[in-house]
Amino acid sequence: MSKTIKFKLISVFSFISFLIIWQICTDVLHLLPPYSLPSPIKTFSTFFVKISSTSPDGSVLPIHILASLQVALLGFLSGAVLGTPLGITMAWNKKFDMMVKPVFDLLRTIPPIGWIPIMILLLGIGTQAKVALIFVSSFVPCVINSYTGIKQTSHIHFWVGQTFGATNSQLLRKIAIPTALPFIFTGLRVSLSVAWMSLVAAELLAATRGLGYMIQIARTIGRADIIVLGMLLIGSIGGVLSILLEYVENKFVKGGV
Amino acid sequence: MENTGTVTAKNIMIKCNSIFKTFESKDDENEVIRNFNLEIKENEFVVLFGPGQCGKTTVLNIIAGLEQSTKGEVFVNGRKITEPGPDRGMVYQTTALFPWLTVMGNVEFGPKSLGVKKKERRERAQYYIDLVGLKGFEKHYPIKLSGGMQQRVGIARAYCNNPPVILLDEPFGALDAQTRYLMEEELGRICTKEKRTIVFVTNNIEEAIYLADRIVLLTNCPTTIRKEYIIGLPRPRDYTSNDFLTLRKEITSEMDETI
Repeated sequence: MSKTIKFKLISVFSFISFLIIWQICTDVLHLLPPYSLPSPIKTFSTFFVKISSTSPDGSVLPIHILASLQVALLGFLSGAVLGTPLGITMAWNKKFDMMVKPVFDLLRTIPPIGWIPIMILLLGIGTQAKVALIFVSSFVPCVINSYTGIKQTSHIHFWVGQTFGATNSQLLRKIAIPTALPFIFTGLRVSLSVAWMSLVAAELLAATRGLGYMIQIARTIGRADIIVLGMLLIGSIGGVLSILLEYVENKFVKGGV
Repeated sequence: MENTGTVTAKNIMIKCNSIFKTFESKDDENEVIRNFNLEIKENEFVVLFGPGQCGKTTVLNIIAGLEQSTKGEVFVNGRKITEPGPDRGMVYQTTALFPWLTVMGNVEFGPKSLGVKKKERRERAQYYIDLVGLKGFEKHYPIKLSGGMQQRVGIARAYCNNPPVILLDEPFGALDAQTRYLMEEELGRICTKEKRTIVFVTNNIEEAIYLADRIVLLTNCPTTIRKEYIIGLPRPRDYTSNDFLTLRKEITSEMDETI
């Protein structure tokens, strides 16, 4: 048996034991009452019911998932599309850096959740407010990481470019950005997970649909099975998104470091 | 070839005109080069040879245009050097390959920057990849190559831009002894095949005698020229021939006095 398969089997085994222990603690030994922690089997059956049932929160599960995904991806993409070039420009142009950095440093330390009240005041509790919140939270890691990445470029690589007659813009596009690419992707990965986490926080406070909203409603009426289901879905969707991003990264980042 | 043997203004490729270089820090001045004068003919292989910490690399960087002299100027092909340019290819001490590009991508980087059409630059890059003995490794990334192979790529990359001048800064310094001999032979072979004006910096005497048309022995800091040796041994040279060993003894004892 090859080592990789062995390691994968270990992971699968650990996951299954987690489910078994959970099942034993709940349905078998009744260590915890079902209204505070449902068993995995109960959670699974709730999953299948909730796919087509609008009770108790007014939407079926796929609608909640889509609503959350839409907001998360919109916010994340706009944060990445604006944040990455901003970080690159700051690292490349000293004057611009001096101009932007004070404001950026002030705003970046505000935790994403701290933005929620002002976003609600400014944009209401609709999609916009949440997209704006996700934007703010995913923007910051993108800027910081692309900035750091550009700064990593070795001076010898710049020398090589210069002795080959590369122009300033070629130095940026052909040398600095490729150097920064692994860092840029680290930024995207951090952004994506921060985006996903702050989304749920946002939906807990202000929403009409979405996974966070679903959990919140379930809490008010004491449906622990829906809460646990929501948590597991948030976890696994987050995992899938980061696997997708890793796939994209492997397409773009070449040569290894 | 016309003008062989006589130094005329026409076939002088590199001219260093009383170069001085001083590094200044807050409360300290460090003179690394003092009154350095050198003329290098077209297609000549000149080795700058000297003790460890002298300013050999600085001289090379000034010729490359990567560093500026404090006083004096460098002319390449009659043109005053103020900045790096595609007329001077450079091979660096440590591997300076781009890790995100394949061997082919690295070698064709120069022509690509200058806007050479894909077909032409691919052909040219392939020619030099073959020349340095890396046929079949075109699609490999540098991280998969050994140190010697990486330096081969570095050499191919410098040649591929077709510069009249190639500057090599201790290119084999980081290699093990065995690979080093092999690379010296390879470079000797490449230089006979593809004539260029070459300035090669090293602190290894065998390497210097094996490769050079002329060895310029430098003093310790501040660097200046102590003595020059025209190496007339037939190529390819033999590390163990009597002439080689005599030269080696002569230059080494001369250098010992400078330290």
